[in-house]
Amino acid sequence: MTRALVNAPKTARRGEVIEIRAMIQHVMETGYREGPNGVTIPRNIIRRFVCKYAGEEIFSAELFPAISANPYMAFSTVATESGTLTFEWTDDKGETQSASAEITVT
Amino acid sequence: MIRLISLSLLACASVGIAAEIPLQERRSGFEFMSPQTQAMQAEESSNPGMLWVADGERLWGEPHAPDGKSCASCHAEATKSMRGVAARYPAFDEQTKRPIDLMGRINQCRVQRQGATPLTQQSDELLALTAYVAYQSRGMPIAPAADARLQPFRENGRAWFERRLGQLQLSCASCHDDRWGARLGGSVIPQGHPTGYPLYRLEWQSVGSLQRRLRGCLVGVRAQPFEFGAPEFVDIELFLMQRAQGLEMDTPAVRP
Repeated sequence: MTRALVNAPKTARRGEVIEIRAMIQHVMETGYREGPNGVTIPRNIIRRFVCKYAGEEIFSAELFPAISANPYMAFSTVATESGTLTFEWTDDKGETQSASAEITVT
Repeated sequence: MIRLISLSLLACASVGIAAEIPLQERRSGFEFMSPQTQAMQAEESSNPGMLWVADGERLWGEPHAPDGKSCASCHAEATKSMRGVAARYPAFDEQTKRPIDLMGRINQCRVQRQGATPLTQQSDELLALTAYVAYQSRGMPIAPAADARLQPFRENGRAWFERRLGQLQLSCASCHDDRWGARLGGSVIPQGHPTGYPLYRLEWQSVGSLQRRLRGCLVGVRAQPFEFGAPEFVDIELFLMQRAQGLEMDTPAVRP
């Protein structure tokens, strides 16, 4: 069960700087820990996070094993046009989770 | 002579006679946290506990075999039907003639009313559903049920709270009544009020239950912890909720 919570203003004025927040439920297993049976738990972290605004990439991040579980990211952009913000997280297993938010720019 | 008296006084003070915290001095664990952790909890978009609440909301409406009943089939909207429930739990269970906590009730409901399999103790699903139900009481004062049948169990909970346990021979009260506000290593000792369970603990990197927290403390004093779901835990919770009466529920809380 993976969940993502994204937060962006629903409306903004053209040219306004808006803050976007995104959080995803993920174990971010480092690959350095051992399970109760002494066997190393395989690494499973989110490798890459991308945010697109109306189809154009506006923010991306590479993640590493030192980043906590359920990573939270906050960043800002300039509101240019009404459209969809899409968020994508890709992990070591190659699984991609996505979320989206709509913004109306006046 | 004076030196002897002051030494013996000092000895008395260090042993400490567990005194209850006066009502006007009772404070939620929230107030002992850094401003950064407080901000993380207060803002729902940055509170990781909300991931479990969101999952709980989905599970609330999910139908189960064989009857295809979901929680919502009987209880409708949780925002109305579950408001204030967590603030008065644990409640007396007519069947077992014992107090039952919120997690226990959810699983009991699943098995008996929905005909579904019980959720695994401490599983993300059970934590999520419990967090979603308890979230409906966010901001409400803790108001334990005034049921006389609960009293003997509450007293048992108090006895466990005050009993010295483990190799370190410490009781819950040794820290949380006598030394709250002081530091244990780098951490502030809070008063130990269960206002925000299930809560997101930064140390756990996950949401966990009060029982998990209590087990942590039991291991900390080097005592043999109770198993998850043990009746002693429910009795202790009953007492703790009584002790925290009037404090604000803040599920899903964030704690360091």
